[in-house]
Amino acid sequence: MAEETDIEIREELAAADAVRPEKFERAICIRGLKNQFGDAVIHDGLDLDVRSGEILGVVGGSGTGKSVLMRSIIGLQTPAAGEIEVYGKTLDTIADEEESRDLRRRWGVMFQGGALFSTLSVAENIQVPLREYYPRLDANLLDEIAAYKVEMVGLPPDAGPKYPAELSGGMVKRAGLARALALDPALLFLDEPTAGLDPIGAAKFDELIRELADTMGLTVFLITHDLDTLYATCDRVAVLAEKKVIAVGTIPELLATEHPWIQDYFNGPRGRAAAGGNQTARAR
Amino acid sequence: MVARADFEHSDGASGAEVRFTGRLTLARLGDVPARLDALGAIATLDLSAIDRIDTVGAWIVTRTAKEHGSQVVGASAEAERLLDALASDKSEYRVHRDRRPAWMRMLEQVGTASVAIWHELLGIIGFFGAMIVALVTQIRARRRLRWNAIVTRFQTVGVDALPIIGLMSFLIGIVIAQQGAVQLEQFGLEVFTINLVGRASIRELGLLMTAIMVAGRSGSAFAAQIGTMKLTEEVDAMRTIGVSPMEAIVLPRVAASTITMPLLGFYASLCAIAGGGLFCWVGLDIPPLTYIQRLREIIPMTDFWIMLIKAPVFGVLIGVTGCYEGMQVRQNAEEVGQRTTSAVVAAIFLVIVLDAMFAVFFSSLGWN
Repeated sequence: MAEETDIEIREELAAADAVRPEKFERAICIRGLKNQFGDAVIHDGLDLDVRSGEILGVVGGSGTGKSVLMRSIIGLQTPAAGEIEVYGKTLDTIADEEESRDLRRRWGVMFQGGALFSTLSVAENIQVPLREYYPRLDANLLDEIAAYKVEMVGLPPDAGPKYPAELSGGMVKRAGLARALALDPALLFLDEPTAGLDPIGAAKFDELIRELADTMGLTVFLITHDLDTLYATCDRVAVLAEKKVIAVGTIPELLATEHPWIQDYFNGPRGRAAAGGNQTARAR
Repeated sequence: MVARADFEHSDGASGAEVRFTGRLTLARLGDVPARLDALGAIATLDLSAIDRIDTVGAWIVTRTAKEHGSQVVGASAEAERLLDALASDKSEYRVHRDRRPAWMRMLEQVGTASVAIWHELLGIIGFFGAMIVALVTQIRARRRLRWNAIVTRFQTVGVDALPIIGLMSFLIGIVIAQQGAVQLEQFGLEVFTINLVGRASIRELGLLMTAIMVAGRSGSAFAAQIGTMKLTEEVDAMRTIGVSPMEAIVLPRVAASTITMPLLGFYASLCAIAGGGLFCWVGLDIPPLTYIQRLREIIPMTDFWIMLIKAPVFGVLIGVTGCYEGMQVRQNAEEVGQRTTSAVVAAIFLVIVLDAMFAVFFSSLGWN
């Protein structure tokens, strides 16, 4: 049954593609991905599409390779087999350094721990990608860009000159997001954006992601454990289990499947609580 | 080919009317900002003909509109959203730290560093005091010393260090003998090389080199281990259970380094003498038996005592400094590295300062 839904959703997607065969209807297209470390196979025959302009949540139990999947897409991990296309290009086969840079410019990545450069201030962190790709950008404009990015992600006015060590956990995440957005990417990768935040901070962060995605027209690939984040921000959710994506769809669609893991995940005590909380929030 | 950002302008009554074309994005911006600035008064900014806009483009438009009080017209829904998001006042958002004149910052740095060194010294002395108190309490309460923990440290501080300290001292012995011989040969006194090697090794170098090596090997290890334990809240867990970290972590380490130092120092001196002996035999044709005979004549017993008195003091110093720095770790992993470095630097520095003081002291006693 689970597989049927999976197929259904895929067919729907293919239909959508057929109707509008525009070039970048799908931001990311993964076919037959296989990842393994030594004998341990993480992914085997994994297929996944991320549509342009959607926020796709990626969920799965610990060790199902959510982060590995993200790392394969952005080229930090070379897959054992399979194809990953981002905006019609495959990182592996790009021979031209310029072209690869051009592709990298289109995405921003926020790592789980923020991964801010600890020797640079927040503003300098935001400016690193700008300086790297546009070395001739005017210094004043650079500062202005850093300032408005700091504001956009909801950091306080005095956060710019601070160093990562001086920031709280939530602020580090926001600064990481600001750096990921520095180049105005079309595609944003978020690895566990709300992990380690208190519920209020996490809810605000969910709101921020939704808002930024709407304003900037972002496609977001969002790895999360947080059910509230799924309900609050994601258009569709992909479930990773058994070394592949077992289902993709909106939450109601996923709830209709009978895969035990999906049922446990969304209908467990926490899943129900998150669903209930989301409904009351919507009602208000 | 994607159109780069550009604009055409026509002069109106109250200023230029600017009509943007192409992609108003970071990648295609080109010289648009500079040319806009050169334009003078601007009445309207027309966005109706642009292909795309991103936050940087929107920022340029917002900035220019604010500066000239100009109107923005023809914005698509997408552009409108971006413009709205950027509309709020950014003037209070700071990017750089306050810059003061260089001489002021330099003075400030010197001042901060001096105060920090002073506090560090006070901290180490205070920590030493706290450790003594802990030791006395432990003995008074008739709690057994943690011999198992101490003996484990013997292994890491002492036994594991034997090869490297032995090799280093042996080579230093050779170097001293060789350099000394070159100088003494000029006076035909190369036999005095034995005096040089023998006395220098026993009295100073063997122990000093050992102290530096132990500070680098074990002092740093103490700081890193304890620092990590602080980060993972192991130390706090210990306290809540009622185990004193001083007793469980610090005392065994300091005891181990204190007891091991004289042994290592003596061993290092012997290795240095062996190295010097090898050079004398090979380079100066002094047979080993003569070498040993001569050593017994020229090395006074006081040299040996001096070494044995200094060694445990250095041991305490290295142990205390390492543990103190480890205990100072508060927030993040980066601090563990910094504290480890300062443990080594402080220990070596203090050892050398104390060694100089000992040298003056023992000379005054007439132990020459």
